[in-house]
Amino acid sequence: MYFGLSEDQIFFQDNIKRFLEENSSVDILRKIAADDRTFAKDIHDGIVNLGINGLLVPEEFGGLGLDILFAAAISESLGYGAGATPFVGSYVMAPIAIIDGGSDKQKQNYLTNVASNEVKFGVGFSALTGARDDSEIQIKGNKISGRSLFVLDYEYATHFMISDINGCIGVIDAQANGIDLVELKTIDRTRNVCELILKNVDFEILEQTKNSKNTAEKVIDAGRIMLAADSLGAAQNMINKAVDYAKERKQFGRAIGSFQAVKHMCAEMVAELEPCYALIWHAAHAQKHMPNEARLMACQAKSHLSDVTKEVAKKSTEVHGGMGFTDLLGLHYWFKRIGLNRQLLGTPERVREEAALLQLN
Amino acid sequence: MDLHYSKEYLDFEKEVKAFCKKYDGVTFTDASKNPLASLSSKKKKIQVTRSEWQKILIEQGYFARAVPKEYGGYGGEPDILKSRIIATEFSKAKTPAPMGGQGIDMLVPTLLEMGTQEQKEKYIKPTLHGEMIWCQGYSEPNAGSDLAALQTKGELIDGEWVINGQKIWTSTAQYSQMMFCLVRTEPEAQKHAGISYLLIPMDSEGIEVRPLVDMTMKAGFNEVFFTDVKIPETNIVGKRGEGWAVANATLGHERGSLAPPDAIMNRLNMLIDLMKQEKLDGKPLIEHSIYRDRLMKIQGKIMASQSHALRLLSAKLNPGQDVKVGKMIQKLVGTELRHELEGLAIDVMGEIGVLYEDSPHLRDKGSWQFIYMYFLGLIIGGGTSQIQKNIISERGLGLPKEPKVQGAQ
Ligand SMILES: Cc1cc2nc3c(=O)[nH]c(=O)nc-3n(C[C@H](O)[C@H](O)[C@H](O)COP(=O)(O)OP(=O)(O)OC[C@H]3O[C@@H](n4cnc5c(N)ncnc54)[C@H](O)[C@@H]3O)c2cc1C
Repeated sequence: MYFGLSEDQIFFQDNIKRFLEENSSVDILRKIAADDRTFAKDIHDGIVNLGINGLLVPEEFGGLGLDILFAAAISESLGYGAGATPFVGSYVMAPIAIIDGGSDKQKQNYLTNVASNEVKFGVGFSALTGARDDSEIQIKGNKISGRSLFVLDYEYATHFMISDINGCIGVIDAQANGIDLVELKTIDRTRNVCELILKNVDFEILEQTKNSKNTAEKVIDAGRIMLAADSLGAAQNMINKAVDYAKERKQFGRAIGSFQAVKHMCAEMVAELEPCYALIWHAAHAQKHMPNEARLMACQAKSHLSDVTKEVAKKSTEVHGGMGFTDLLGLHYWFKRIGLNRQLLGTPERVREEAALLQLN
Repeated sequence: MDLHYSKEYLDFEKEVKAFCKKYDGVTFTDASKNPLASLSSKKKKIQVTRSEWQKILIEQGYFARAVPKEYGGYGGEPDILKSRIIATEFSKAKTPAPMGGQGIDMLVPTLLEMGTQEQKEKYIKPTLHGEMIWCQGYSEPNAGSDLAALQTKGELIDGEWVINGQKIWTSTAQYSQMMFCLVRTEPEAQKHAGISYLLIPMDSEGIEVRPLVDMTMKAGFNEVFFTDVKIPETNIVGKRGEGWAVANATLGHERGSLAPPDAIMNRLNMLIDLMKQEKLDGKPLIEHSIYRDRLMKIQGKIMASQSHALRLLSAKLNPGQDVKVGKMIQKLVGTELRHELEGLAIDVMGEIGVLYEDSPHLRDKGSWQFIYMYFLGLIIGGGTSQIQKNIISERGLGLPKEPKVQGAQ
């Protein structure tokens, strides 16, 4: 019995952390936030070079054939380093949708190209996870119309993958006629989201998703675990920064970390966050090995992490005093990352409601 | 990640399940009135005494597994996974767990580690069999969180320890045959170096026990007064002045045992059932979305702590895994979470939730209120939550210690 990450998983994590440490300083994050996207592109390319695009793609299609736990480990390290790259949509949700819901031909067609990085997906599932501003998707035959809000990972997308409210998932070519792409600006500029306004666009439905929600559920569960893991990494980084700062910064002639108010904030953050590692690993592991518990654990991982990390983001900022509030220190890039993760693919209340319904029926 | 049990453990799991089935509905002829103990079962089938139950469990190797036979244990290899399987299956089947308490959870491991041959032979067996109850005499009126400030005095006179002073908050002292006690024997030495760990028979002349009623309205703890109490010189564990180290070893054992992870899962399931049955304005509480959200919220926390317990278990089996801070948070998180869970049940029941003792309309024998309050005691006892946070931040995160007040030791 072994409960934890494998050596391979930790090795991959370390590679990503090291790459981001070297290439994504706060100065770079600041430039990215100021819309200098060339820096974001460099980071994205570097991360892809480490092999994340083919992570979940089965080996027969040229990928690494790894599992959701592996992806969660990577998501954690991307959150830790605030990696300005697509991940959750392009390299987790989209491949899972195709693996689970695609026909043989669709698998051959798309998975091979995801693994070779020629196809990159933007992913819009908000019709299922909480439609805002009256957005709606209609699928008629091989055409799709309507609006999809908060489409993930659109920036380099060659294709979009959209789901309607029934979990019917399909693919559109980003160059197709009838697509109006509206960039949205969230607080977090390390990952961008957009709105797609679609008018009668050619739509290739994934074969198995025509009459079944199963694939969509799996995709959302995996996406939620990734967001939760991303927040875990981001929160851990914020705690580390707060603890380091508390040891150095002096007031009243002593390190602020010797004040109990500060000390206890740090202890509380750790006490809340530490068990979250196990929850994420367990939930990710469950996606493959514990089908009966997979959905519930994914929901609980997402909503619990959303709450814990929100609190960590607040407290670790407070530990830094005024400095925590500045752009100079840049702690807020992680604060915002956690803030975005919390709302995407279902707010905590909504996800908990899903968790409840899973258990009632 | 590998959560599979090998064949040996799957077989063992089957064996334990069969045992639980055989003893389904077992009750104790000498059950205590403590609602925590009497909740386990409603059906009356097999009846035994507490002590007989201990012996049955030891014989099976389900309790005191790694304690040598000569001291009354099962005499097997320690096996963490098997212990885990036993705890899980017992909890699932609501089979009564072996007796715990300070003698079994704290003193026995300490004696096994640091006791003399004679002490091991004399004390371990009756303690494991539930025939010798121990209390922990650490805290004093002026030495609580600052335990090392304790002043109860022990002098070695003519081959006997002569003890004078007072202990307080001593749980179960009124039922105990023995006390393991911290006493200042080296008044000249520095604070922590002047303490010894003594074993005191509670029927010694000069001991007076005065029960203290706690907020649950039961006398859970006591004041214990010592006036020229004499015990043999050999009733010391470790050397003179080494009591602090001996006590710290036992505190470690206590913190591990205060908030067992399986118990909270059972209570969560009970709460879910309760919310399906209980109604507010004619509608089951589980259908009221606000209460349901609170239920889901605490379920998330409990799932995290369950998974975390697996991680800690794994770290025991796989020595490379680093869980230093992960272990330190357990007392804090475990006791606070349980208190919160019990409190949620009270909120769910509203006015019904504050009924107590033998009131009409009372639910589940008043256990939710009782445990809610009881766990506030555990949040304070065994090192308060604030002290836990000091430990986590100083020893876990390396934050600097509070500067000492001038003149304080
Ligand atoms: C149910 C129960 C059972 C118990 N059973 C036993 C037993 O069997 N044997 C035994 O020896 N003892 C027992 N105790 C005693 C228990 O260990 C002490 O109550 C506990 O250590 C706190 O000490 P105190 O009560 O003197 O509180 P104090 O130490 O006076 O604490 C009062 C408040 O001050 C805070 N405080 C104190 N020092 C610090 C600090 N350095 N930093 C931050 N905050 C601080 C505390 O957190 C607390 O909030 C029991 C207590 C309870 C509640």
